[in-house]
Amino acid sequence: MKARVHVTLKNGVLDPQGKAIGHSLNRLGFPEVGDVRQGKFIELELAETDKDKARARLDEMCKKLLANTVIENYSIELI
Amino acid sequence: MKAAVLVFPGSNREGDVAQAIELVTGQRPAMVWHGDGDFEKVDLIVVPGGFSYGDYLRCGAMAALSPVMAEVKKRAAQGVPVLGICNGFQIVTEAGLLPGTLMRNSHLKFVCADVHLKVETSQSLFTNRYQAGQVIRVPVAHAEGNYFADADTMKRLEDRGQIAFRYCSPEGVVDGPQGMASNPNGSSSNIAGVFNETKTVLGLMPHPENAVEPMFGGTDGKGLFEGLVEALS
Repeated sequence: MKARVHVTLKNGVLDPQGKAIGHSLNRLGFPEVGDVRQGKFIELELAETDKDKARARLDEMCKKLLANTVIENYSIELI
Repeated sequence: MKAAVLVFPGSNREGDVAQAIELVTGQRPAMVWHGDGDFEKVDLIVVPGGFSYGDYLRCGAMAALSPVMAEVKKRAAQGVPVLGICNGFQIVTEAGLLPGTLMRNSHLKFVCADVHLKVETSQSLFTNRYQAGQVIRVPVAHAEGNYFADADTMKRLEDRGQIAFRYCSPEGVVDGPQGMASNPNGSSSNIAGVFNETKTVLGLMPHPENAVEPMFGGTDGKGLFEGLVEALS
């Protein structure tokens, strides 16, 4: 089974990198771009066939390593 | 005072801090490799600066899960003092020994400069050689030093006196972070260093170990190590 994890900054946490990307896009002729938030995308190969079990394990992985829950949210997608 | 300095792949200030400790104690600290789950009994554990594990995923995230940090957490819970400097600060926050986290500098640049710090309290193992309100000058060198904690945590830190150092002007004025006047990274409330609740763990972004000899531009950092010797010997 394959899993995709998205890690994003929580609302209210300033994202200077996202802001810089937004500014650059505006300067490059994309004035329609407003707020930009940057995150991380992690793809994992899992030796597990049970979706519920996989999800529970991934949740643990996110809490232990993949995300810093002080500033980040995460979402899990199974494919 | 017997100290241990942890060494991770990518640490680069372990030699500097070992030398600073040797300067004030006359005793070379034990250098402990990250893969070692156990090490000799010591009075102080130092987590040094650098780029442990290449800053992969998040600064300090990988190092915080290494075997040696499991042991450090155990000893910190028993009251053994832990000093985390720069990347070491990032590691101890990731390990949960200190609240909050260090984010990318708000201006997105690596900053390497001397800064002024206001010592918030003299009532700790780490700051007993300083006066509360005293201004010291030490260098910083980092890209992720922007201290952040949620509003509740910030209030708790302030209420319990867990803020150790704040960035300030040479005259001791804590200005910024909006103006960024004396704040090199945009940290909340100009925080440069914080204690845990019992003040036995200190994490700070600046490098006191690089301000211990006049030849290198100042000795304001020496007091931190002398204070530890006084408290722990």
